[in-house]
Amino acid sequence: MNSAINATNATMAPVATPYFFYGLATLAIVSAFLVITRRNVVHSALALIVTLLSVAGLYLMLYAPFVAGVQIIVYAGGVMVLFLFVIMLVNIDRSYKEKRFSGLWPIGLAAASALFTLFLFAFIKGRALFPDRMMLLPESSNTQQIAGLLYGDAGKMGQYTFAFEIASLLLLVAILAAVVMTKKRA
Amino acid sequence: MPDNYFARYLPLLMHFGIATVLASIIVTLSYLVGQHKPNIAKMSPYECGVQPIGDTRGRFSVKFYLVAMLFILFDVEAVFLYPWAVILRELKMFGFWEMMVYIAIVLVGLFYVWKKGVLDWGLIAGKRGDI
Amino acid sequence: MPDFVTSYLGSTLTPGEAGNQFWALVYVFVIFAGVSLAVMSMNWLERKALAHFQIRLGPMRTGPHGLLQPIADAIKLLLKEDIIPAGADRFVFWVAPLIGLLAAFTVYTVIPFGPSQAVSDMNIGILFMLGVSSLGVLGVVVAGWASNSNYPLIGALRSSAQMVSYEVAMGLAVVSAILMTSLNETGTGTLSMIGIVRAQQEQGVWFIFKFFPLGLIAFIVFAIAMVAETNRAPFDMAEAESELTAGYHTEYSGLRWSLFMLAEYAAMISVSSIAVTLWLGGWMRPFSRLLRGSAWDLIFSLFPAVTFMGLAAVAFVGVVRMPRRSDFKVQKIGLAVFGWLLGFIALMLLIIAIAGRSNGAAIPSTVNQSIGYIYWFLLKVAVFMYLFIWYRATWPRYRFDQLMRVGWKVLLPISLTVLVATAIVGILLS
Repeated sequence: MNSAINATNATMAPVATPYFFYGLATLAIVSAFLVITRRNVVHSALALIVTLLSVAGLYLMLYAPFVAGVQIIVYAGGVMVLFLFVIMLVNIDRSYKEKRFSGLWPIGLAAASALFTLFLFAFIKGRALFPDRMMLLPESSNTQQIAGLLYGDAGKMGQYTFAFEIASLLLLVAILAAVVMTKKRA
Repeated sequence: MPDNYFARYLPLLMHFGIATVLASIIVTLSYLVGQHKPNIAKMSPYECGVQPIGDTRGRFSVKFYLVAMLFILFDVEAVFLYPWAVILRELKMFGFWEMMVYIAIVLVGLFYVWKKGVLDWGLIAGKRGDI
Repeated sequence: MPDFVTSYLGSTLTPGEAGNQFWALVYVFVIFAGVSLAVMSMNWLERKALAHFQIRLGPMRTGPHGLLQPIADAIKLLLKEDIIPAGADRFVFWVAPLIGLLAAFTVYTVIPFGPSQAVSDMNIGILFMLGVSSLGVLGVVVAGWASNSNYPLIGALRSSAQMVSYEVAMGLAVVSAILMTSLNETGTGTLSMIGIVRAQQEQGVWFIFKFFPLGLIAFIVFAIAMVAETNRAPFDMAEAESELTAGYHTEYSGLRWSLFMLAEYAAMISVSSIAVTLWLGGWMRPFSRLLRGSAWDLIFSLFPAVTFMGLAAVAFVGVVRMPRRSDFKVQKIGLAVFGWLLGFIALMLLIIAIAGRSNGAAIPSTVNQSIGYIYWFLLKVAVFMYLFIWYRATWPRYRFDQLMRVGWKVLLPISLTVLVATAIVGILLS
């Protein structure tokens, strides 16, 4: 991967990036671990903010500043506010009395190992599955590249137009569901 | 123009680090220098002199949750709009109509929430007996 | 001097772009000192201005005309008892002000005070600014929750609902400004803060006047939303004294409380900077197209010196108008020293402006230009800061239901309409 980048643009050669990568990755994993082990939900939420921000840092290191910005705006700024509101809506004291790991843990374990297998597969087969050119997007036009992929017409490069439109429907369903769920029974 | 990618984002890390250190110093300084003479009345939460009843971390209007949900809807839309705005003139009318469809669908959501009275607070909402 | 110090001086790039970490660090420290100083003077100015709006005198005792009041306040806050309520979540109570302050200060990385006077230029500048400043909401929510007290909790919920509501209108207003940046030969716009000002420079028009009245309306929507976003009057629902004591920071005291204030004022300055960058031409001087030529350049380069001379003159008028009594002697001398200080700065600026006119002069003309850039940027921001005070003195507070109605039912539809109209005009022009 690195050699491909170096070949196209010598000045983009990263300095000491492995250390930054391991630092950010450790931060993300440790805080993610805290998210699931803290008894206090707000502490978990704070840890989750750290996780999301360090993932944003990782995106930044992958020459995808736009995705990093989106990560901060949507996840750290938007979704976390929603989470905190939800936390405040529920009775927090009850969660203290509950067992920390409920009886559903075998399912969780199965899901986690399935996901891990998928990641492993992607990691091993990655070179073949993901073409090298994805790594070669020049940083200075990251936003334009993403925009081209999303909105360009189908002939050229916009292969995700339909997915983009579907996203709006997904959001619409989410807001309708939220209203219906919270509606006062007459 | 050299494209010093990492050099460009490194100051951000420095800025963040210095801000963290500075804020921590201020808080610690306040803790160390200020006096500490706690008593029961002082440590109780401010309630205009009335004895607080129960825990405050109870329940409140579900509307706050709905507002946050609506916010995410439009936040995601805004995020989609930024790259669109950057290359709109290359996309011409096709890209324009693409985004109009998206905005229209999101607006249906806003319209629904509006009509359901989620955006009305206080007296109006109380009279109509909505959420 | 070592190479890495001097090599940057002739550069036309920001230190981040040039890859010079030393100067980036210097810029970061200058920004921190500058913002702290600005917040302190803003504190004094706000109390003085509000007092005069209400035909009072405001702080008068600590230093001449209360000039030392912010310092006295800082010392008082430092020595105050640092109370954490018994039922509070201690850890979260500690962390909450830090989140607010970090969110408010980190955005300064990309604010362009001049074409090379920013810590760094990111290609996602405006996205980064909006994203990081929106993290301030988390600090507010968490502070209210940690206090375990009714007023802070309600205040936190209200103000966070308000902040997210106005962020929507704000984000959409910003998009219409980004659309305007793409009106060049290449047809692509930019999200970079410096790029946005450059686009206004190339097109020769501030975006507030572009596609009249579309730019103006987008600007007005942003200007309203930014007041709500920073929880200032008339949208200061969070701190409605008559209803909620002090809102989300009711239980905070001492310097911990002052961090919230610092964050609030820092956020005010940063959102004003966004408005200046996007719609008011950033570092550009007014009429840079209309009034061209070296004569006009000279006249406009005299503005910084004239401003400081004016301030010095005001200080000396204050000296003259002091009561002729012996117990005012110290205050009189203090104010006179302050006036001389301002006058000295004015003199320095004047020398630079005159001597730095041509390229071969003793002082390089880039110094003169840089001062001009920073001066015009800061002047525009200062106007916004004064407006913040003016709003507070003039308008009564909104009710919460009115506030939500304005945000969702008025500003949001307006900014969406403006956005679509701008897009149509932009496409038709290409």
